[in-house]
Amino acid sequence: MSRIGYRRLVAVALVAGIGLTGAACSDNKKDDTGNKAATSAGSDAGTPLDPKTKVTISVDCEPPTTKAAERKQWLDDVAEFNKQYPNVTVKSKDAFPCEDPAKFTAMLQAGSETDSFYTYMTDLQQVLDAGQAADISAYVNDKTVPNLNDIDPGVLNVLKDGGKLYGLPTSNYQMGLIYNRKIFQEAGLDPNTPPTTWDQVRQDAKTIQDKLGSKGINGYMDNSAGNQGGWHLVSEMYGVGSKAVDDSGQKAAFNNDQTKGVLQTLHDMRWTDKSMPATPGLQWGDVQKAMGTGKIGMYVGAPDDVPLVVQQYKAKFEDIGMAPIPGGKTALFGGADYMFKKSATPDQIKAGIAWINFKFLTLEKGQFNYPRNKADGLPVGLPQPFFFTGASKAKDTETKTASATVPVDNFKTYVDAQVPVLPEPPNAQKIYTVLDTVMSGVLTNQNADVSKLLSTAETQVNSLLAASQ
Amino acid sequence: MAATTVPENTTSHAGRPPRAAGGAVRTGRGRKVRHNLQAHGFLIGAVLCFLTFSWYPMVREFIMSFQEKRRGVTSWVGFRNIDRVYHDPYFWTAWKNTAEFTLYALVIGFVVPFAVAIILNELRHAQAYLRILVYLPVMLPPVAGVLLFKYFYNPDYGLFNHVLKTLHLPTSQWLDSSHTAMISVVVAATWMSMGSATLIYLAALQNIPGELYEAADLDGAGLWSKIWHVTIPQTRLVLSMMLLLQIVATMQEFTNVYLLTGGNGPENSTMTVVYMVYQYAFSYNNFGSAAALGLFLLLVLGAFSGVYARLSRNAD
Repeated sequence: MSRIGYRRLVAVALVAGIGLTGAACSDNKKDDTGNKAATSAGSDAGTPLDPKTKVTISVDCEPPTTKAAERKQWLDDVAEFNKQYPNVTVKSKDAFPCEDPAKFTAMLQAGSETDSFYTYMTDLQQVLDAGQAADISAYVNDKTVPNLNDIDPGVLNVLKDGGKLYGLPTSNYQMGLIYNRKIFQEAGLDPNTPPTTWDQVRQDAKTIQDKLGSKGINGYMDNSAGNQGGWHLVSEMYGVGSKAVDDSGQKAAFNNDQTKGVLQTLHDMRWTDKSMPATPGLQWGDVQKAMGTGKIGMYVGAPDDVPLVVQQYKAKFEDIGMAPIPGGKTALFGGADYMFKKSATPDQIKAGIAWINFKFLTLEKGQFNYPRNKADGLPVGLPQPFFFTGASKAKDTETKTASATVPVDNFKTYVDAQVPVLPEPPNAQKIYTVLDTVMSGVLTNQNADVSKLLSTAETQVNSLLAASQ
Repeated sequence: MAATTVPENTTSHAGRPPRAAGGAVRTGRGRKVRHNLQAHGFLIGAVLCFLTFSWYPMVREFIMSFQEKRRGVTSWVGFRNIDRVYHDPYFWTAWKNTAEFTLYALVIGFVVPFAVAIILNELRHAQAYLRILVYLPVMLPPVAGVLLFKYFYNPDYGLFNHVLKTLHLPTSQWLDSSHTAMISVVVAATWMSMGSATLIYLAALQNIPGELYEAADLDGAGLWSKIWHVTIPQTRLVLSMMLLLQIVATMQEFTNVYLLTGGNGPENSTMTVVYMVYQYAFSYNNFGSAAALGLFLLLVLGAFSGVYARLSRNAD
């Protein structure tokens, strides 16, 4: 022991230290992912997976056990997929919500995401910057994804960068106004003519507040934290014709009269009419809970909130309706997709695409198996996803209508309005974070200076966008 | 042991006779090291832990603050990250909020535990019982404590407003107003952590010789006079070290603001520097800028830690 030496010990420690520091100092101007596999797709990339090749893929976003029906369907679908592809082992990882942004960022940095991983459509730049997305352009064609030509090109464009495709859509939504028809009726409003402008929203919210405020019911509610305030504000500014960023995607474009008008209305509803609750700092889940428990008349949201407020908070489908986004100029559309890990092998990417195609992009299978959804007590008839066009859209509408369990008429105003859609802005989550502050300012400070809040947010967004160029 | 030392030194400098003085020093040091080899061996685990989880991340952070990652490619960007965070419109807001939190935390979180310790020290009965009561909130998981205060602070149905309404006093928005959010966070944070500080102060107070108070009594000193002339001077070292530790800890405030106000708070009134670091990393996905902002904080905390290290040395 005594001869080993302290010196040897110190030498080992020094070497380790220098090694670590060296590792930290290295990496200049080279791909950090350490990828070998899918950096270049082979010439056979466009061919479907060879059934003789044994492949194991990990996939996230398996429904958790608390969502029993969805989980059962997932497991059944894996079993059915395996009949077609017995050579593929699907290792599912459950989580709800499917993406926690902070955890997702950390996973991307560590490269520990699954081989096929769920992302929001707003995540593309982040995943690309982390060097984690495989270019699947060569893998995706009408053989590997038979309905490819019927997928709305506008939706696919959101998943492209520099002409290269990085993801496959699994769901999409268009923002609108969710309202409680029962509350409208109780307040003496016509539930079949929901508000379509911000002036009408304010007026109806005040009516609800005046008539039902004593029962603890508020006219309107909005988010202001957790990026949800920013997301809602962008949806609301889209509705009145403003954009979040200019066409170059490099400058903020929200500091204008339209956005100020929306914010002023929200401010007046909160402080003058008091038709919004006194609890600001609300985020995802809060407004849904309030709607589901019959505590608010209206909020801005997407159709997929409806099953949540019904299943989790026991509202009735017939009590919930949707109108187009107030203003009706453009509606924000967003959604989710799956991307494929850059370090996955070509066979893993092929297997991942085959699974996503089976589960999310094949009519009458997976998520589009409406008779099964109906039998399992899941809602059928919501106006989303809507990424199919042409014959696929017609077929989807037909099968959906045949099994509909939600009152489709409650969404008629929303669907009939045909509001043109606009994708979320580039670097959306960064912009939403900044705009949370604007919403929070308007809803927590009676003397809020809307112009100043927007100017400060504009400066910060410009700085963040410049940093992303 | 000594027998093996001399030849080893001699052979390591073959052809050159060792200088008497230097050789003696080396021999002495070598012996000292060998005597303590076992202790050094035990240290390896701790050193490796610090190396992996503290020192390496610090080196990495320093390097990252001059780098940027795009499309999976890391490149050097000089001082661009530092410039970016310095010109962030909320840079000074975050520092102001951090200073405000630290100041409130010192006024409330430093004075209150010390006062409670003095009261506990003076008690003749139920001291152990009360000590447990004071320490109890520390044993509560932070998230549970935060949830409790979130309920207390709720403007609609919270306990505090309920009490105020009962007393016909004006209610407050607590965490939901930019004027009261920060102080509300500090009160909750102090409640959750004051137990540990109180026990440390109490231990220091119990080390003060009783004769000093008796002498003060004989000199006719009153309560405040005894605190000022006996208690505080006798606990000066503990107080100053706790003060510095508290400054270093409170300037890194993240958990309470994140859990109580979502981080930013109304109109960014609770956005601290560490929350801003988190935001750059996990909301903006800009780890270089997050590291650069961390460097600013490192410099400020380094100064306070230096003072602490000096005080500790004096205490030894």
